[in-house]
Amino acid sequence: MHKEFLMGNEAIALGALAAGVNLVAGYPGTPSTEVLETIAKRSTDKTYVEWSINEKSGMEVAAGAAYAGARALVTMKQVGLNVASDPLMSLEYIGVKGGMVVLVADDPGPISSQTEQDTRTFGMFSKVPVFDPISVRDAYEMIQEAFDFSEKYGTPVIFRATTRVDHGYEAVEVKDEEEYLVHTFEGFVKDSSRWVIFPKLSVKNHGLIEKRNRELAETLSDYPKNQILPENAPGCKKGIVSQGANFPYVLDALGEKNARVMRVATPFPFPERLAVSFLEGLEEVLCVEELDPVIERALTFLCGKYGLKVKIRGKLTGDIPSAGENSPEIVSGALQSFGLGDNVAHADPENREQAPDLPVRPPVLCAGCPHRASFYAVKTAMKGLKTIYCGDIGCYTLGNAQPLDMCDTCLCMGAGIGIAQGVYHMEPDTKCFAFVGDSTFFASGITEVINAFYNQADLTLVVLDNSTTAMTGHQPHPGTGRTVKGQVVEKVSIERVLRAIGLQTVETVDPLDFGTAVETVKRMQHEPGVKAIIFKSPCIAITKPVAKSKVDPEKCIACGKCIRELGCPALILGEDGKRAKIDVSLCTGCTLCEQICPVHAISGGGKKEEAPRHDQRAKESKAEEPKTEEQKAGGERI
Amino acid sequence: MSKNIILCGVGGQGTILASRLIASACMGKDLPILTAETIGMAQRGGSVFSHIRIGKGANSPMIPKGQADLIIGFEPGEAVRQLPFLKKNGAVVVSKRSVMPVSAMIGKSKYDGDAMIRYLQKEVEHLTVVDADLAAEELGSSKTLNVVLLGAAIRSGELGLEEKDLVKALEERVPERFLELNKRSLVWNK
Repeated sequence: MHKEFLMGNEAIALGALAAGVNLVAGYPGTPSTEVLETIAKRSTDKTYVEWSINEKSGMEVAAGAAYAGARALVTMKQVGLNVASDPLMSLEYIGVKGGMVVLVADDPGPISSQTEQDTRTFGMFSKVPVFDPISVRDAYEMIQEAFDFSEKYGTPVIFRATTRVDHGYEAVEVKDEEEYLVHTFEGFVKDSSRWVIFPKLSVKNHGLIEKRNRELAETLSDYPKNQILPENAPGCKKGIVSQGANFPYVLDALGEKNARVMRVATPFPFPERLAVSFLEGLEEVLCVEELDPVIERALTFLCGKYGLKVKIRGKLTGDIPSAGENSPEIVSGALQSFGLGDNVAHADPENREQAPDLPVRPPVLCAGCPHRASFYAVKTAMKGLKTIYCGDIGCYTLGNAQPLDMCDTCLCMGAGIGIAQGVYHMEPDTKCFAFVGDSTFFASGITEVINAFYNQADLTLVVLDNSTTAMTGHQPHPGTGRTVKGQVVEKVSIERVLRAIGLQTVETVDPLDFGTAVETVKRMQHEPGVKAIIFKSPCIAITKPVAKSKVDPEKCIACGKCIRELGCPALILGEDGKRAKIDVSLCTGCTLCEQICPVHAISGGGKKEEAPRHDQRAKESKAEEPKTEEQKAGGERI
Repeated sequence: MSKNIILCGVGGQGTILASRLIASACMGKDLPILTAETIGMAQRGGSVFSHIRIGKGANSPMIPKGQADLIIGFEPGEAVRQLPFLKKNGAVVVSKRSVMPVSAMIGKSKYDGDAMIRYLQKEVEHLTVVDADLAAEELGSSKTLNVVLLGAAIRSGELGLEEKDLVKALEERVPERFLELNKRSLVWNK
């Protein structure tokens, strides 16, 4: 054993390695991403690791490994489980041979997500047992127990952590590599009565699963992490039940107070016997939990089932907020109202004067982000026309902010294309645009394009290809030609995929070549059917500026166009409060501002090539001289 | 010893590395430490914070309001945003240099960084204002603001760590070619 200061997700990864995991698959998503990244970094070649193209693929790859008897882990964020729900629902009926853990990171708040869904509820729905850690150290131990449990009962298990555990850090005693379990397995054994799902098998296994889960409710009452803290309890009539990151908040707020406290580590199947023994003798119980009232409902049910006269309080009774993340203040406030805990006074201790208005600081596209150039090109080209800009999930969702205001809808991964199609069928006179990132295109965009193409939609697909999965921290994807282990593989070409579907007009343009970008959009929006522009320019985080732009104060006429229209964080007001200035610590030399300045007062940016940009591009793509009229107009028809 | 420390700023300013340096220094002294970080969307120029709890007794990495011994603000407005977390007589170390949000630049919101510094000077007795622009000029780099602030935090006496602890952490975590600059940054304006 040795001690390491670890992020929760790193601890989960090291725990999985210590449990002898043989295969790990996943799709990036905050707050889950670092689990797979850490495994890729810290594992030997004996562990197979991949970034799958989406969570459904990852789930199926992991299931295959577990069918062979291997230990498998699949990682995703909560909304990723929606994508992977089809295989998971059926997999529970089939079961596994090797231990299989489905790591799902929930995001109360939500801090970086579309929904506040609770994977504990998903566990109940899919009948899959759920483990819920409270801290970094707890997660390290629990993931190892989860593998044993999965293998013992032949079921996948969900390991559900939330942001404050995933992204918390703690010094943890972890095993040395020599202490890791080596999991050997026999391989896949053919048996169609076991591995092929048919209605007859489903009804049989359904019955067995329900029986097993009733038994597990009993077994899990003895799981040491489902625990009652009796030392706090003499004569107390009030109890607290909590889970996850809320449990330490409860302990911090209670201090030395006299209360009975129970931790629920396996919300499903619910540790029934333990919970009933906890309730006995109590008059009132407060359930301190985040997202859904899972514990509160379970306890209310048990009170009915066993005829216990205990008042159960929590979200359903309005004692705990029904939405959002719980903070230490919310928890201590709720305990105080419940009659427990008064040692933590959270009022502003100094009674300070009202602070000046705080800056409004939503996340924005980085300085020099090529997405800004793409959005601005489309906005400029389509000015005055009836349009809809359907956005998608990724950094480019931030295109919604002022001054760009280029994201009219955003729903879930890949949805923008379908939404643009639906709007077109109802409003054929609207110019419909769907923006999708490169990683999102591979995750769930391709089938949407086929649907739109097949069903005769008229829309412009704009692929924002920055050659990485940027929002989650720059993971590789099929278009990058690199795997998570750094292996160089054949790239999947977005352009060729689109052409293979049958799209007649597909053009790849550098969005930082503003004039060409605008001209391309203007021309292409007149083409019939589904057409695609691939705006290709690498994310600023994976490139280095050669030189930064500079404003010539002699030439600047203080019109403010660059600042007002681009909203680039590197464009600020100079000392005189009128003329523009470049913040050199942020500028990446993208030259977009140079190209839109009406008096050419900005220059010197480093990404500017010597030759005119479109010539350079033509040279790079080995394009031949235009021969036909169509080609002269710039199209790349095949 | 037990200390609750909040680091705050704008995504991209280097709060997470500063938090890791404090953690390394604590690990070196075998002090228990819990931290929580903002990772995700807010890293794109949004408000970010790190909570750091050093010493025994804390169960959660999240610091309750009114219980921080020290706030290290990488940006004046962000320091004011976190001020409700400061305990009575707690200390604040803050960079004077404000970061204008895009919304203020394009006239959709208002922000006056100097007003934030004036407010802190009025409300916080134990305040250290760090001239980030001067530091960048004298050090020849604006990239080590995080270490400059940590140096000022050591000298405020509220970090609970000494200069040699942080020097050791820098040696562990910073690449060789940046080490000399970081060591100079730590003692800037000492």
